[in-house]
Amino acid sequence: MDKPVELPLRAQEDVVVVRQAVRTQAVALGLSLVDQTKLVTAASELARNTVIHGGGGTATLEVIQEAARRGIRLTFEDKGPGIRDIEQALRDGFTTGNGLGLGLGGARRLVSEFHIASTPGAGTKIVITQWRKH
Amino acid sequence: MERIPILKLGQFLLVTIQVDMHDRLALVLQEELTGRIVTDSARGVLIDISSLDIVDSFIGRMLSNIAGMARVLDAETVVVGMQPSVAITLVELGLSLPGIRTALNVDRGMELLKASIIAEDEARHGQAG
Repeated sequence: MDKPVELPLRAQEDVVVVRQAVRTQAVALGLSLVDQTKLVTAASELARNTVIHGGGGTATLEVIQEAARRGIRLTFEDKGPGIRDIEQALRDGFTTGNGLGLGLGGARRLVSEFHIASTPGAGTKIVITQWRKH
Repeated sequence: MERIPILKLGQFLLVTIQVDMHDRLALVLQEELTGRIVTDSARGVLIDISSLDIVDSFIGRMLSNIAGMARVLDAETVVVGMQPSVAITLVELGLSLPGIRTALNVDRGMELLKASIIAEDEARHGQAG
């Protein structure tokens, strides 16, 4: 994959498409099975958040290279209501929906890097990266 | 509409999840399975997840819900066949699947269900006598 690929996240079915696209890229990059599984699981949590809490948005997949290492970067963006208290949202057990409240905090634990930016009333952007380990 | 087949094996129901489920399909399965426990008078449910390459918090919650509902309907649930990479990821995600019994494969899951039914029946007869 040379260029970033942007996938829509409007409905539940789109979450499945994103999961499969992430898996394909993770395999192509040669991530270990455990790292693939962690990345796809994190992507599933975040993609679902985008659909349910963000009112829909996009997922962008890209393969990145930094010095000698390569990885997969995923960006989840929505123009939904945003998150008022990010620290609280990252805590296990915090939920506004009917989930277990493990989505954000759990996703953060599964990947190498996790960045979140959110503006109430404007939307949320979450960027995660999984580096290939040697 | 997509469906996940539910097979009857004696007193048990066997569900093999082989598709990448979207959330609505997971909810349909939950409903159909609880319905079948009643119509088939099932004593146990085996859920084979060996084909699932991830279990996220939604699927985890669905499995817990099924186990909880089945228990209320007097049936035991055993989840079998979890891939090692899925187990590692689940624990790091923070999901411990409360209330769910697991077994390595369908055969062991079946043994577990049979043993628990025998133990339960003996306890009931003991109370009656």
